[in-house]
Amino acid sequence: MVSSVVKAEEEREGLRGLSNLAFIGALILAAVAIFGITRWIGQSFAFFAAYVVAQYIVLGTAWNILGGYTGYVNFGIAAFFALGAYSSVVMHKLTPWMPLPVMVLVGGVMAGLVGLGMGYLTLRLRGVFFSIATLALAVVVQTLFTNWDFVGGARGAYVVPPRFAPLIGGAYVEYLFIVMLGLCVAALGTARAIERSALGYGFAAIRDDEAAAEASGVPTLRLKLIATMLSGAFMGMAGAPLPYYVSYLDPASGFNLNYAVNAIAMPLIGGTSSWLGPVVGAVLVGGLQQYVSVTISSAVNVLITGLLLVGFVVLAPQGIVGLFQRRRR
Amino acid sequence: MTALLHVEGLGKRFGGFTALQEVDLEVQPGERLGLIGPNGSGKSTLVNCICGTLHNEQGSVRFDGAPVNGLTAHQRTRLGLARSFQLPRPFGSLTLAENLRIPILYAVNARGRHSLSGPAILTRCVELLGQVGLGDKAHRLPRDLTQIEMRKLELARAMAAEPKLLIADEAMAGLSHAEVDEILALLIRLNGQGVTVIMIEHIMRAVMAFSQRLAVLVAGRKIADGDPKEVVRDPEVVRAYLGE
Repeated sequence: MVSSVVKAEEEREGLRGLSNLAFIGALILAAVAIFGITRWIGQSFAFFAAYVVAQYIVLGTAWNILGGYTGYVNFGIAAFFALGAYSSVVMHKLTPWMPLPVMVLVGGVMAGLVGLGMGYLTLRLRGVFFSIATLALAVVVQTLFTNWDFVGGARGAYVVPPRFAPLIGGAYVEYLFIVMLGLCVAALGTARAIERSALGYGFAAIRDDEAAAEASGVPTLRLKLIATMLSGAFMGMAGAPLPYYVSYLDPASGFNLNYAVNAIAMPLIGGTSSWLGPVVGAVLVGGLQQYVSVTISSAVNVLITGLLLVGFVVLAPQGIVGLFQRRRR
Repeated sequence: MTALLHVEGLGKRFGGFTALQEVDLEVQPGERLGLIGPNGSGKSTLVNCICGTLHNEQGSVRFDGAPVNGLTAHQRTRLGLARSFQLPRPFGSLTLAENLRIPILYAVNARGRHSLSGPAILTRCVELLGQVGLGDKAHRLPRDLTQIEMRKLELARAMAAEPKLLIADEAMAGLSHAEVDEILALLIRLNGQGVTVIMIEHIMRAVMAFSQRLAVLVAGRKIADGDPKEVVRDPEVVRAYLGE
């Protein structure tokens, strides 16, 4: 009996197969294909739009590592995202020769450290109290940057990107898109590796019942700190190329509410239980927003997100991915 | 022989309310101890203090020869101190097999004496579920279980941590006569495998059948400790349960 159950499980695992390395390989192939298609379309708008969608894939995945896997809802997304963006502004002023991927890494480290600190201070709070604390963090960080003259304060800062992309030639936005695709690969590879590892099971145990997890030997505080750090780091990395994308960054745009709303709505719409959810959500909602902002108006964006979110919370609380895997377990 | 669990002068207050006061308790390796007491007498608080869910302000807890004061709950679980919860607290989004995977990954493997991986973990989970009669439900979710199955899952998850001491906190409350016997047999079999068991229970039939020794908590104090048959005749115990 035991062996037959085990065998059935192994076959199930086989279907979901693919080692972590093979998965990352597949992601890279997909990224190359997507870049190829975008170039084939041959309009710079395609790159601008695709960049935003890719950015939301990273942001949504980052939020999901904490919010979806461990169940701690972080509302302070803008703080981490803007931290990444502003660390690029600082480096643009101090070390303009620095290649963008290095700035992305630095932005990620900064945001990851803040995530770790925030986790340490707030993770003793549960549920909605944790969420309120993260919201407060966003306000505090925004106030700090608004009053920091070096990065432009409330006036904002101009970050003029180079005319042409390094290495690949072509417009600079193409380079930005490649960097963001690379971040997608990194974020999704990490998220899926977590899901399949002991860490993922520990996160799920925390989400379901923290006291029972602790009684089962799960070091809950340490795991939650890992989650806040990873989540914060990827949000910071997603934000790091932003100044070059918008070429003018002020607190109102860096800390825009849209980032937080979308980063939460997209995983919820796509499904929080797997890495695929934030991707589906970001492509669907982000794509729709880009389409609508060209055809109707850029102000309708948030309305769309809001309506979709309400619709999904009511009709499909497990998200789109959840609709397809309802009886997977 | 040194005691496996040694509680000395344990005290716990919640604000102005004294939940536990000067509680001493020793449990020998391999022993079956019953712990009874009226509702609100501090049984669960004592379990929480022993397991590290709550921190006791006074007194000390020694487990397996070493003090565990100041250790977190998960550290104590790794030392071999497992518990089941009074109300079953399964991991709701995980299958039964995955529920047991958590203590295997985080308690057994973390000890590092013998690490299981991949298919070996699953085999072990299904085996453990088989021992409590849930083998065929390994891939179901906890919400599909009946009340007694939920209790069995709770015990199986505690057993998956391969504890030296298992504290079963009212594992039988609300079960039928036959179901109580089932859980009782399970706990006795577990004890036969060398696990020391503390049973906290209101069902006296089960407590008397199970316990080699019986301790009684009343209003946060231990008022009796000894041979079960003598303890239940102790006038002070009778008074606590039946009044003057």
